[in-house]
Amino acid sequence: MAKDDAVTMIVISGDFDKAFAAFSIAIGAAAAGKETNMFFTFWGIKAIQKGNFTGKSFFGRMVGLLNRGGINRIGPSRFNFWGIGRWMFKQMMKSKKITPLEELRKTAIDLGVKLYPCETSMQVMEINKEDLIDEAEPSCGVATMLELAFHSKVTLFI
Amino acid sequence: MPQDSKSDVKLNLEGMLCPIPIVKVSQAIKGMQVGGVLEATATDPGVLADIPAWARSTGNELISIQKEGKIITFLVKKLK
Repeated sequence: MAKDDAVTMIVISGDFDKAFAAFSIAIGAAAAGKETNMFFTFWGIKAIQKGNFTGKSFFGRMVGLLNRGGINRIGPSRFNFWGIGRWMFKQMMKSKKITPLEELRKTAIDLGVKLYPCETSMQVMEINKEDLIDEAEPSCGVATMLELAFHSKVTLFI
Repeated sequence: MPQDSKSDVKLNLEGMLCPIPIVKVSQAIKGMQVGGVLEATATDPGVLADIPAWARSTGNELISIQKEGKIITFLVKKLK
């Protein structure tokens, strides 16, 4: 936290395309030697979930069913068509040898990118710590995110 | 090309697309000594803009970058 030139991203979108952009930017920043943080809130949390069913209450389980997390389950913001679009995009990316999203996330983790889950979103959607990938940081709130942003030169809201 | 003797580390980035070439270059540079030279080949045209930008933002020296046919060859010297 010495230098004020970190890169901090707030990832609110749970769309495949936006997660793809977010992880690509994070990797680029980390590769340029910058401390890089990603704060996942609301739909964004899906990108750091393991992908199991979540929720305890009736509504919580509904959210867990209709909005199931997991990086391989998230669809594009357009042309998803109940998963057909997601499959199509994956095929197209595969044929062009573009790194799959899950591998991008792994690369980001390997490069030291920190993944912060938003505690409030987790509570609202009834997502537990165990539902998140092991590499996720402890859940936190807006003050932590802002502290990261205050010593960042680049902050992005995706 | 007479560049073979100038480089300490060689990297083949052909077929890889953004952001992977940058990752591989930064990882290779990390493992080198200051003053060392990295030579890499790539096919992603984005590399032509991205490697110079990466070198500027990390403070390393881009000795050369050139495209011959589909192959882009560049030399980066580690400065810090």
